[in-house]
Amino acid sequence: MATRKTPETAAQARPNVSKEELLTYYRDMLMIRRFEEKAGQLYGMGLIGGFCHLYIGQEAVVVGLEAATKPGDKRITSYRDHGHMLACGMDPKGVMAELTGREGGLSKGKGGSMHMFSKEKHFYGGHGIVGAQVPLGAGLAFADKYLGNDNVTFAYFGDGAANQGQVYETFNMAALWKLPVIFVIENNQYAMGTAQKRSTSTPDIYMRGEAFGIPGEIVDGMDVLAVKAASEKAVAHCRAGQGPFILEVKTYRYRGHSMSDPAKYRTREEVQKMRDERDAIENVRELLISSGQATDEDLKAIDREIKAIVNEAAEFAKESPEPALTELWTDIYA
Amino acid sequence: MAIDVLMPALSPTMEEGRLAKWLVQAGDVVKSGQILAEIETDKATMEFEAVDEGTVVELLVAEGTSGVKVNAPILRMAGEGVETAPAPKPAPVVAAPAPVAAAPVAAAPVVSKASADWPEGTAMKTMSVREALREAMAEEMRADQSVFLMGEEVGEYQGAYKVSQGLLDEFGAQRVIDTPITEHGFTGIAVGAAFGGLKPIVEFMTFNFAMQAIDQIINSAAKTLYMSGGQLGCPIVFRGANGAAARVAAQHSQDYAAWYAQIPGLKVVMPYSAADAKGLLKSAIRDPNPVIFLENEILYGRSFEVPVLEDFTVPFGKARIWREGTDVTLVSFGIGMVHALEAADKLAAEGISAEVIDLRTLRPLDYDTVLASVMKTNRCVTVEEGWPVGSIGNHLSATIMERAFDYLDAPVINCTGKDVPMPYAANLEKLALVTSDEVVAAVKRVCYR
Repeated sequence: MATRKTPETAAQARPNVSKEELLTYYRDMLMIRRFEEKAGQLYGMGLIGGFCHLYIGQEAVVVGLEAATKPGDKRITSYRDHGHMLACGMDPKGVMAELTGREGGLSKGKGGSMHMFSKEKHFYGGHGIVGAQVPLGAGLAFADKYLGNDNVTFAYFGDGAANQGQVYETFNMAALWKLPVIFVIENNQYAMGTAQKRSTSTPDIYMRGEAFGIPGEIVDGMDVLAVKAASEKAVAHCRAGQGPFILEVKTYRYRGHSMSDPAKYRTREEVQKMRDERDAIENVRELLISSGQATDEDLKAIDREIKAIVNEAAEFAKESPEPALTELWTDIYA
Repeated sequence: MAIDVLMPALSPTMEEGRLAKWLVQAGDVVKSGQILAEIETDKATMEFEAVDEGTVVELLVAEGTSGVKVNAPILRMAGEGVETAPAPKPAPVVAAPAPVAAAPVAAAPVVSKASADWPEGTAMKTMSVREALREAMAEEMRADQSVFLMGEEVGEYQGAYKVSQGLLDEFGAQRVIDTPITEHGFTGIAVGAAFGGLKPIVEFMTFNFAMQAIDQIINSAAKTLYMSGGQLGCPIVFRGANGAAARVAAQHSQDYAAWYAQIPGLKVVMPYSAADAKGLLKSAIRDPNPVIFLENEILYGRSFEVPVLEDFTVPFGKARIWREGTDVTLVSFGIGMVHALEAADKLAAEGISAEVIDLRTLRPLDYDTVLASVMKTNRCVTVEEGWPVGSIGNHLSATIMERAFDYLDAPVINCTGKDVPMPYAANLEKLALVTSDEVVAAVKRVCYR
């Protein structure tokens, strides 16, 4: 398929998508993309250290899923977490300043790229150990069920984490106890440098839920409307007290696993083909323009607005001072 | 030919038990596999099956008798094809001797000596460590709806070691939660529930199995408050049996005190007495941080005086001086206290006065009490069950050297378990564990006696 697969399928399937809604997705996805590009740039300048895992290419996943949430719903993910934080409304300045390890960062500079949290926005990390966030997410759902509310938790993990034993221990208990948790497998097809077919015995990871009686489905993660529709279905299932749901969202990361990954395990052509034919942001852009809901100039205005926000975040992250040396000894015990 | 059926050992640590119920009587013909009696051990009430076939001649122990020693004859049978007339016999054990280790009957409340942990004149009651732990959980669960207990066999089974006995009845399945055998998973779920606003108590059947879950304990529970810049704490208690029990060999006999004591973000508690078990567990449940609470299977059945107070807690980071002395300081914690106190008795008989300190919590650790004592006695021996390398004793030695070097009249000696995996054979197991005789010998070395 050399031609771009436009999102007309999704648009036709969901004719009621409003202009405002599409513009919101466009804006939210673009925010993540530009933020991550800026983070990559700051990394190159030596302003961000350590590991830095960019979300570029996967933006439709988190934006689509967040579209079906309500206040009180929780989310938790791995170390590829910048997109999730921006999508749930955390301040880009606080995220960027955490990347630079500054006082103004969300964790006061003590967590870094992989470990950020916001109790206010119900974002529970940012976890550096592959798969650890899966039982933690089920535990958040356990707490909500215990407390008797109808909140839902989104526990995000990758195709790589899907081979960790604790994921299946969690599937079992989540199903047994009917926990309101949505397991989101962000399948970007590579566990660091290992392609899914080299690491995973079955092609469809969501089907592993069947062994535990957990329903699930595959979702086109390059189509934000399809992701949103799937999210609505999963959320309804969970809120109705029917237990967990699995969404295997097929996506693609354009950058390496982390900033230090040369990505020799796949061809430049493979990446370029995804960018050219399947890019989620371009899809929404074309949908807006072709349907006459927005002009090129409208979208450029959004681009400029986002660029300003991201630049402001970067400036803040550069100017915020390093944490006071006394911070070494705080926050060890409550 | 008469066959004597003996009181069976039905758990690794059982030394005696209660003959809860006879299911046969004199004259019954017994088949192999038939249930003879219900016997209550330190862990559960078990059915006891016949191995030999024959006819019951006489029940040698009355139903309801407590403290029946393992291997004491409890029933006499006539073997198959043998006439059932009672053979000449030794005096039957109708009532077992009073149990030695079991709780003495406290007829009137015993009035305590003054203690830093409770006011002078407080009424006391005798209670096993097991009961004390159960009371602590029940009291805290009554006081705070967000406290719940989760673990393997904590509910319907009534606790693998009976610590949670009765809690399911009182608090229901919503709050006393039986898990599958899946330590890594349920520990992660409990930590997540703590992030979500609850106060979980996670029971590990033994801490050996917590190794499956140690990533969630350290990377998720202990570090998140720091990594979140103080936003997201983890109020959770991980509790269960730690250390060697009896004859359960290498994979089930390990002391994790020094492992967990190394981790900033965790608090680590290892009580010896029932009063401390109760007061410290209540403090642990209320603590806003993750607490490792290391219990001991052998101590579960030991009884101590516990203050009768509306709300008795013991603060963390405060050692208890069990015995004052002038010649040497013995520092220990948990089951090590058994050896330290026993050694102090032996030493007293030889004219050496030992001060015995129970650390009670290993993180925070009460350095001041230890240092003050060493500055007084000028000698120190540490006692613990764990391995020697990187032990709590090593850490104390280093601290004493740094902060009280000029007060020392002899090097500090660490008495520890031997540097080997725990062997199964009874004689080797005994050799692997620290003993009071080793403590006595160490004290004599530091006293140059």
